[in-house]
Amino acid sequence: MIVHSIFFYFFSIIAIFSSLMVITSRSTINSVFFLILDFISVGCLFIMVGAEFLGMILLIVYVGAVAVLFLFVVMMLNVAEQKQSWFIGKKSTHIPTGLIVSVLILLELLVVVGGWKYKEDVMSSSTLVLSNISNTHQLGLVMYTDYILYFQLAGVVLLLAMIGAILLTFRERVGVKKQSYLNQISRSPSTAIELREVKSNEGVKIDD
Amino acid sequence: MIEYLQFLGQEVYKIFFLLIPILVSVAMIVWLDRRVWGLVQKRKGPNVVGPFGLFQTLADALKYIFKEIIIPASANKTVFILAPIVTMTLALVAWAVIPMSEDLVLSDINVGVLYLFAVSSLGVYGIIMGGWASNSKYPFLGAIRSAAQMVSYEVSIGIIIINVLLCVGSLNLKDIVIAQKELWYVVPLFPMFVIFFISALAETNRPPFDLPEAEAELVAGYQTEYSGMMYAMFWLGEYANILLMCAMGSILFLGGWLPIINIYPLNIVPSPIWMILKILFLFLLFALVKAIVPRYRYDQLMRLGWKVFLPFSLVYLVLTASFLFYFDKLPKGNF
Repeated sequence: MIVHSIFFYFFSIIAIFSSLMVITSRSTINSVFFLILDFISVGCLFIMVGAEFLGMILLIVYVGAVAVLFLFVVMMLNVAEQKQSWFIGKKSTHIPTGLIVSVLILLELLVVVGGWKYKEDVMSSSTLVLSNISNTHQLGLVMYTDYILYFQLAGVVLLLAMIGAILLTFRERVGVKKQSYLNQISRSPSTAIELREVKSNEGVKIDD
Repeated sequence: MIEYLQFLGQEVYKIFFLLIPILVSVAMIVWLDRRVWGLVQKRKGPNVVGPFGLFQTLADALKYIFKEIIIPASANKTVFILAPIVTMTLALVAWAVIPMSEDLVLSDINVGVLYLFAVSSLGVYGIIMGGWASNSKYPFLGAIRSAAQMVSYEVSIGIIIINVLLCVGSLNLKDIVIAQKELWYVVPLFPMFVIFFISALAETNRPPFDLPEAEAELVAGYQTEYSGMMYAMFWLGEYANILLMCAMGSILFLGGWLPIINIYPLNIVPSPIWMILKILFLFLLFALVKAIVPRYRYDQLMRLGWKVFLPFSLVYLVLTASFLFYFDKLPKGNF
């Protein structure tokens, strides 16, 4: 058990430290790197409590895909390192907005946690944990039976978000030549090359 | 406490005896790659250092160790040094779950496939970090290209893995191999095997998809500013990743450590040898593709990933699922 707790404290200290660094670090790139470190250590904590599927999915989805996009955006924006920390600087325009948002989120959390009700037969379904079925099977058994509607709805919401993002960024530009791969591949010398006889001292007229 | 130390010592010992063969085989595989490349182009390839030139990679590594490491003045030092370390570590860490035989595996975890997938999707960080920290335009462009490429092809690799998992009903790599005792998945899922192979080429930045380091456009891509041992670590990490992809392909489709047919002279051959032979076979395909196929254009690469592979593997997934459901062949699991 000692080794277990040593690893627990190791990962949780890294998680807390890096999440603090995310919000205090001056350079945005470093923030993203610490965010990734945070995700990884939380994933390790998940694995330690036996939720191996959740831990791996956290790594694949958040670290492998979402954080890469974060990093992309931050690198492309090329945000300069802030010379002054945000609470000393003269233009502290972020503070009111930030306060409003965080108070709102706090209120929402309070409402949600306050109104929390467990499912009626939660004890009977949690006994699954004791049996020797693997973690992934257990999740599947619950997700595709009791919570199938919510699961599908979450998928639809994600799909909507994707369609919305595509719609927002999609614009049709006029006057842009489009490449047709089929035409490019199916070109042959007989249609692409034309042989002309050129008389000396006279050019040849190419019309197309 | 002494028990724990003993346990720890044992684990370290095991890890050591996993890493040494992998590093040696990476060196050998680099030699094999160059040799095949040479043979295809009617050259001899490296044949001077040691018997058949086998020690060429060792000589190269020695050269890299004694070269000076140059860090550009405007680079972000920490990230610059971290990048090759991340690449190399991630390439080696994934080998922990690869089963070489029924009981020759470092850690036999329930979610082996997910672990492999997660580690290979983390591989992109080494490249992005290296490209960004160099603070120079070619490395950055190379890093951006490679990140987009790897993220795109991971999607189709994920769906291909789901195809296999549907037939197995378990995320454990051992179970996946044992489920292929009757029939290797390369037969019923042959189109998926082809797509997996091509996606693996793109995932490891191998030709014909080596756009991140397209030398005509980007000098050497994300490795432009690297020199000495740090460059060598990128290079070895890349080959370790290629070996890993070959191992993944042989576990998912070619029946891992299982012999071709379960008859007398074939099934007394030790299982690790079968596994190694399959990895080598896939690697030979990798090397031949590198020698034969010209480089893709970047938009063609993206089109292939998103508009051809993704829809095709999704359709094949639905097909597999319906087939298994209709003929009542869905794996029942252990409950």
